[in-house]
Amino acid sequence: MSAIDWDLVRSSLWPLGRELLRGTLPLTAVSFALGLALAVLVALMRLSGNRLISAPARFYVSVIRGTPLLLQLFIIFFGLPSLGVTLSPWPSAILGLSLNVGAYASEAVRGAILAVPRGQWEAAMTVGMSRVTTLRRVVLPQAARIAVPSLSNTLISLVKDTSLVAVVLVTELLRQAQIIAGQTFEYFTLYGVAAVYYWVVCLVLSFGQTRLETRLSRHVAA
Amino acid sequence: MSAPLLEARGLVKSFGDNRVLRGIDVAVPAGSVTCLIGPSGSGKTTVLRSLNGLEQPEAGTVRIGGVELDWATRPDTRAVARLRGQSGMVFQAHNLFPHLTVLDNVISGPVFAQGRPRAEAEEEARALLARVGLADKAGSFPVQLSGGQQQRVGIARALATRPEVVLFDEPTSALDPELVGEVLQVMQSLAAEGWTMVVVTHEMRFARQVADQVLFLDGGVVVEHGPPSEVLVEPREARTRQFLQRLLDPL
Repeated sequence: MSAIDWDLVRSSLWPLGRELLRGTLPLTAVSFALGLALAVLVALMRLSGNRLISAPARFYVSVIRGTPLLLQLFIIFFGLPSLGVTLSPWPSAILGLSLNVGAYASEAVRGAILAVPRGQWEAAMTVGMSRVTTLRRVVLPQAARIAVPSLSNTLISLVKDTSLVAVVLVTELLRQAQIIAGQTFEYFTLYGVAAVYYWVVCLVLSFGQTRLETRLSRHVAA
Repeated sequence: MSAPLLEARGLVKSFGDNRVLRGIDVAVPAGSVTCLIGPSGSGKTTVLRSLNGLEQPEAGTVRIGGVELDWATRPDTRAVARLRGQSGMVFQAHNLFPHLTVLDNVISGPVFAQGRPRAEAEEEARALLARVGLADKAGSFPVQLSGGQQQRVGIARALATRPEVVLFDEPTSALDPELVGEVLQVMQSLAAEGWTMVVVTHEMRFARQVADQVLFLDGGVVVEHGPPSEVLVEPREARTRQFLQRLLDPL
C-alpha cells in the first residue's frame, strides 16, 4: 500500500482548493490590507515626538509581538464575550490577524521611514511642503520600496498563520484537510495536498515580491 | 537707500556646548549676490540654513521681504514655514526626489505645496528646465543624469516656487571638477537676470566675478565683509589673508 492515495488526491483537490479560495486567500488579503493601514498609522505614532502618542503605539507593538497569535485569537473569540463583546468567527479571525500584521509590519514601516535620507525631508520643506504632504509625496513612496522585502516576509507568514483561525471556527484550507482526513484516515495524503497548496501560494507571492522590488528599484542607483 | 530684501541680525546658535554662531548679521539688497566664505566649521552653512529655518537659532531675527521671524520667541511650525516660503534652496547633495521625474521634481513645490494648477506649473517648469539647459530631460529620472545636470535640476526646482531669495549651500562641492563650470554658469546667468542669491561656496573665482558682497566667517562671527574686490583682493584682517592664502597654495 502506498503512502499516497492518488484517487483521494484528485478528489480532494477541489474541496481543499475551494477553501483556499474562499477561506485562506480572502483572510490573507483582508487582514494584510487592514494590518498594513494599521502599521503605517502605528509607525507614524511611534515616530511622533509626543509621548502621549508614541507610548500607546509602543505598548501595542510590545503586547502583540510578546504573546502568541493563537492566544490572541482565543482572547478575541472566547475571552471578549465575558466583557460583553461577542464577535462572530470571521470578524474575530480578521481582527486577530490584522492586529498581528499591524504590529509586525509597523516595525518594518518605521524602519523604512527612518531610512529615507534627511535631505529628502529638507528638500520637501524648502519647496513648501507640509509634514503631511512630505510624507505622502516624498517619504512614504520611498519608504515603500525599502519596506518591500520585510513586508513580503510578513505577508508570507500571514498566509500560513491563517491556518490558526480554525480555532475560532473559521473553515479554511487546513481545517478542510482535517475534516476530510478525519473521515478517510488518509492523514498523509490530505495534509500533503494542503502543504502543497500553501507552498504554491507562497511561491507565487515570492515571485511577485521579486517583480515588485525590480519595479520599485528602477529609478534608484545600484 | 531702501531696506535690504533679506536681513538677519544677531544670529546665535549652539550645537550642544559648541557655539557655532556668535551673533551674525547679514544684509542682502534685492537683486544682489552675497557669497559666504570661510573655513569648514566657521558656521557659514549654519547661517544659510538659519535663513530658512532648517536650523533654528536660539536668538536673532531674520526678515525676508515682508516676513520677519524672531528666533528668541521660539516661533511655531507655521511661522517658520511662512519664512521658509520666501526662499528656495539648492543643496550640496542636490536632494532631488529619486522616485519622481525631472519635470515632477520641478513642479513638486508649485503643485504639491502651493496648489497651483498642474498644467500651468508644467509649462513654467519646462521653461525653467530650458533655462538651465535641460529641456530634453523633463521625462528622465534623477539617477539617469550627471551630477552637474542633477544640480541644475535642483536649481530649477528651487526657482519654481518663485522665491524672493535663492539660497545655495555649496552647490558645486560634491561635483566632479569638470562638472563645476556648467553649474556656476547657470548661477552666473541667474545673477545677471537679477535673482537675489546667497551662496555658501569655496569657488573664489565665482565669488570674485559674480558676488556683490562677500562675507568671510570664522569661528561663528563675520570677520570681514565688503565687495569682493576688497575682501578677496585686499583683505584687512589677518585671518582672511591666511584663509585665502591656504586656498591659493594648499601645499
